[in-house]
Amino acid sequence: MGTPPNEEPAPPEGQRIDQSEEFRSLRGSFRGFAFPVTAGFILWYLLYVLLSSYAPAFMATKVVGHINVALVLGLLQFVSTFAIAAWYARFADRRLDPSAAAIRENFQAAALRVTGQTSTTRLPQEAAE
Amino acid sequence: MTTVLAASPLATAASSHRGLTMTLFGVFVLTTLGITVWAGRQTKDAADFYAGGRGFTGFQNGLAISGDYMSAASFLGIAGAIALFGYDGFLYSIGFLVAWLVALLLIAEPLRNSGRYTMADVLAFRMRQRPVRTAAGISTIVVSIFYLLAQMVGAGSLVALLLGVSGEGAKRWTVVAVGALMVVYVVIGGMKGTTWVQIVKAVLLIAGAALMTVLVLARYHFNISSLLGAAADASGKASAFLEPGLKYGTSGTTKLDFISLGLALVLGTAGLPHILVRFYTVPTAKAARKSVLWAIGIIGVFYLMTLALGFGAAALVGPATIKASNAAGNTAAPLLAQELGGGAGSTGGAILLAVISAVAFATILAVVAGLTLASSASFAHDLYANVIRRGRTSETEEVRSAKLAAVAIGAIAIVLSIFADKLNTAALVALAFAVAASANLPTLLYSLFWKRFNTAGAVSSVYAGLISSVLLVVFSPVVSGAKTSLFPHSDFHWFPLENPGLVSIPIGFLAGWIGTLLAKETADPAKYAELEVRSLTGLGAH
Repeated sequence: MGTPPNEEPAPPEGQRIDQSEEFRSLRGSFRGFAFPVTAGFILWYLLYVLLSSYAPAFMATKVVGHINVALVLGLLQFVSTFAIAAWYARFADRRLDPSAAAIRENFQAAALRVTGQTSTTRLPQEAAE
Repeated sequence: MTTVLAASPLATAASSHRGLTMTLFGVFVLTTLGITVWAGRQTKDAADFYAGGRGFTGFQNGLAISGDYMSAASFLGIAGAIALFGYDGFLYSIGFLVAWLVALLLIAEPLRNSGRYTMADVLAFRMRQRPVRTAAGISTIVVSIFYLLAQMVGAGSLVALLLGVSGEGAKRWTVVAVGALMVVYVVIGGMKGTTWVQIVKAVLLIAGAALMTVLVLARYHFNISSLLGAAADASGKASAFLEPGLKYGTSGTTKLDFISLGLALVLGTAGLPHILVRFYTVPTAKAARKSVLWAIGIIGVFYLMTLALGFGAAALVGPATIKASNAAGNTAAPLLAQELGGGAGSTGGAILLAVISAVAFATILAVVAGLTLASSASFAHDLYANVIRRGRTSETEEVRSAKLAAVAIGAIAIVLSIFADKLNTAALVALAFAVAASANLPTLLYSLFWKRFNTAGAVSSVYAGLISSVLLVVFSPVVSGAKTSLFPHSDFHWFPLENPGLVSIPIGFLAGWIGTLLAKETADPAKYAELEVRSLTGLGAH
């Protein structure tokens, strides 16, 4: 305690893993999903905010009964948020988790070969799952 | 959301059934205190105190996150804003919900893997500890205190109103009682106790809102269009009530203000310290992801229900009655409960009113406890242990300082809330989001994803975002120059917008970038490699 986390024993092979093919591909998949999707939903939200401010006539258009475009677009923000969350959950389960697990296992196997025993302090808590 | 006490149907009903409301308040307080003592017995080390032993499941933490996030401002404030301003009240909910995608995609998992107890753990990971922890600790405490003030000022007026007691004395005692309880939860129960309080509160809030939503929809035979039509008719503003613009569409400045608010809401959530520390209460990054997924589901459904509650209150209670009870609309949901139970004077009305009032009280208590914990943890772990004592403290000593900090922060919050009870709570909450979005989010994103980012960049980003957002508010109509200002009789404002986000968020991002480029030091590539590996794979995570 009181020790900043970066002074704790962390994988000394951090840099080696960082350079590895497997890690680069994991980072690529993560960024390739998270960055464009974030840009997309922020633009979609800003479009909605701008329409609410500057296109009142369009937003007031009636769709069915008392339900207008503004309400439909607002509810679509809910739908898109739920959909993106579900999409990411599926993507992470299928693409990110297996390759992160593989990198961890490789590292642990290597550590085991070096020390000849299970180095529990270095084992990530992920292993407990 | 300043509260105006007035002789209203609510106040009369509340005073005649005060006993029932008080009993329900008492049951909630006793139950949560019991949980707190139980959790306190299991709290042995720092990881228990700060992170609840990291033993919560994704679902439990998702409920607790929802409990931390659905404050009185969102339950009472949004329902009230919809009841008074129609569609424009709904705009808040959308920003508050979409914001969770930022946390899900960019922050929750890397933060869980690379930090330990506080936001500053991640920011200081590859930087010089003292300057970065000082900056992050200050901004954590400032954001939390603004948020805390908003909740407590609201609590004072609201509980007094719900109990039907009036006068300054009652308000002050409510603030003192709420402040004392939140300190007890934190000091005795730590993160484990606070998390269970959030879970209980989230379940109560969802159940209460769901019950009212079903009752409202049943009145209109589950036809949403006729509910909207009835609300528009009762509002006296016809179809304009269902369109954007009643609150924010009046001039060019209010439109810009709305864009500024929208930005602060969507970018602020992922920088709120009391939300960020929740990700440390689960064992793995995958569980952190699951907590956010649950939170998005729960919070999303809750905001959809506030739509029914707000329009239902407009249709069934009517804006005139709501305004007479509370000018800002904060009592729309309790008034609606009374109406749904059978109306003023009926037993059903009194019971439902008492139940919803108790839920509102639980909401306030749980949120202030979460805020106190996050800010005292940052004081002890960042400022005391790592800056003042330079890492030379024992775990026991650090936890003791966190408990002392909780008492001190509680006392400060109580005093400030009593003196600041004229402050507009909605503006305070929006300000907390703006500071979080300007000072915390840029630094978090740069730290996690920009290799060249360095200590100078981190420090300048936090301070520039923090100082610009606070200064812009000081010179905005929130503080002076308008009827609703803190100082309505003086005028030193030159910044036209109530929310600073539109200017201060870009300043936070720019300052981090410029600070990094101007600094002589270069970032350590080995440290960044380690952070990257840890944040994406969990290797070496706590």
